[in-house]
Amino acid sequence: MRTFVHCSFAVAAFLAATEALAAVPSNLEGRITVDGSSTVYPITEAVAEEFGKSARNVKVTVGISGTGGGFKKFCGNETDISNASRPIKSSEMDACAQNGVEYIELPVAYDALTVVVNPKNSWARTLTVSELKALWSPEAQGTITRWNQIRPSFPDQPIALFGAGVDSGTFDYFTEAIVGKSQSSRGDFTSSEDDNVLVQGVSGNQYALGFFGLAYYSENADKLAAVAIDDGNDANGKGAVLPGAETVRNGTYQPLSRPIFIYVRKSSLGRPEVQEFVKFYLDQATTLAREVGYVELVPEVVSLAKSRLSSQTVGTVFHGKGHAVGQSLTELYAKRSS
Amino acid sequence: MSLVVEKRPLLSRKWAEQLFYGAAVLALVVALMVLVTLLLDIFIDGSSRLGWDFLTGYPSRFPEKAGVLPALTGSFCLILLTALFAFPIGIAAAIYLEEYAPQNRLTRIIELNIANLAGVPSIIYGLLGLQLFIRFFGFGRSLLAGAMTMALLILPVIIITARESLRTVPRSLREASIALGATKWQTIRHHVVPVAFPGILTGCILATSRAIGETAPLITIGALTYVAFLPDSIFSPFTALPIQSFNWISRPQTAFHANAAAAITVLLVVLLAMNAFAIWLRGRLEKKYKLSRL
Repeated sequence: MRTFVHCSFAVAAFLAATEALAAVPSNLEGRITVDGSSTVYPITEAVAEEFGKSARNVKVTVGISGTGGGFKKFCGNETDISNASRPIKSSEMDACAQNGVEYIELPVAYDALTVVVNPKNSWARTLTVSELKALWSPEAQGTITRWNQIRPSFPDQPIALFGAGVDSGTFDYFTEAIVGKSQSSRGDFTSSEDDNVLVQGVSGNQYALGFFGLAYYSENADKLAAVAIDDGNDANGKGAVLPGAETVRNGTYQPLSRPIFIYVRKSSLGRPEVQEFVKFYLDQATTLAREVGYVELVPEVVSLAKSRLSSQTVGTVFHGKGHAVGQSLTELYAKRSS
Repeated sequence: MSLVVEKRPLLSRKWAEQLFYGAAVLALVVALMVLVTLLLDIFIDGSSRLGWDFLTGYPSRFPEKAGVLPALTGSFCLILLTALFAFPIGIAAAIYLEEYAPQNRLTRIIELNIANLAGVPSIIYGLLGLQLFIRFFGFGRSLLAGAMTMALLILPVIIITARESLRTVPRSLREASIALGATKWQTIRHHVVPVAFPGILTGCILATSRAIGETAPLITIGALTYVAFLPDSIFSPFTALPIQSFNWISRPQTAFHANAAAAITVLLVVLLAMNAFAIWLRGRLEKKYKLSRL
């Protein structure tokens, strides 16, 4: 029994390898707690990894509680930074206000929700937003079940639908952008919090259609085919547009490209380690976002975000009303800063 | 005893015998095949990543650089702390219920509740831990809070198995001890518990094995995913092996899936080592307190 009692924390301390890298003042110390969305996690992880190479005495921890769970902790004064795949909701703004938590909203990258079909599907390589809306709206449940109901030229075959888990920010955004109302969707589709399950589902069924983040499509481009989306608005790209870094950055892949954010607690910025970390985050986010499969922000938005940080502008530009689908970040943040 | 008169001819009964034997062997083969396939599959997927660098590495966005050191250390410390809290309380509770508690309605209600608690889904314990240890006691999202939650989770199993072991100690042993003038405490301390101990220990280790693989309560109480340092106190934030594999398996890059398989292999090896240790310890103790001593 006695052997159990010793918890030797030093077990592997001697193994800790050392590796130096400059850029951030190396005399920083302290703890930075980050929590929230699993979509934003890979970027924050990459930033924390790079930051840790120079500021080795700063202990950064990142959790995955989902965007909603993250805000719960953030507004309860438990974390310094919250990862969010959607803007803060009005109920969360109230919770933060109640606890006196002021925050700075910083966009860090774009994600492109990608509608995918099986590579053997030769017919549905372009779809319009209204076709997708007809397919995914709550009324479609049980009635629109065959491909030729979407467009008469499509084959008379049953359609198998795969979509993000209903608690995810991805689902919130897709329903808001396509159906018009967040969380409003048909219920008879295979949903999973694990996007790899959706990848398998679509790649294994010729008549399947699904949606998830761009990174999951690009990693599996040999097993899936992306659908080009036509939003019927020629002002942002004529006809159907395929998702990709270019089309997201120039604003033509609409309405399915979405920004992802970090929210920083204003009072935490008084601590030099947090201040340096967030600065480093905005500096590195463009490079690191691309590395982990996201689309980097355009330079104007990065500089707007940086000035937002340096002036410590609190609050959100979305007014707790969802994503402002179709509005460019440059407009949104420039308006607020002027 | 009633006597069953078999009217069928001998040959057909022999056939039935053979058939049942075949079915039983087949069932065993199927069960083992599934297990072996699963283990082999995981091992093959993860074998490319298994190595010293993987065991001593920190999390990274590059799958080939990422390692499990913080998760492995976290799991290790979590389990030791869990054992530290759960074993004494669980065994003491079992001794009370088996040796001291009066047989009345209250005791029966307590027993029934413990049996029910053993079947409660682990995520409920996570919610309890979140409210009690993190919010109320203010332990934060620390090793301490995690270990206490895990201890709650495995307590019912420990109590039940410990009681079963205590019950197998012959009544005559207790009577003999008391007849020789020993007090109840002396009887329990020197005779009952040592004889029951190998069984108690097995129950404890099996319960701990369950805890080491649990993910749901840890996620609920907010164990972290990215931790690039080792815990330095019981109030330190931590991550654990199941959480690390869970994160890797849900990443888009297939190279991370290999990492997840490798992390699961590490977890399985830790589990096997714990069980092997338990069996060895039980063997030793059984020899020491053989019932032939009676």
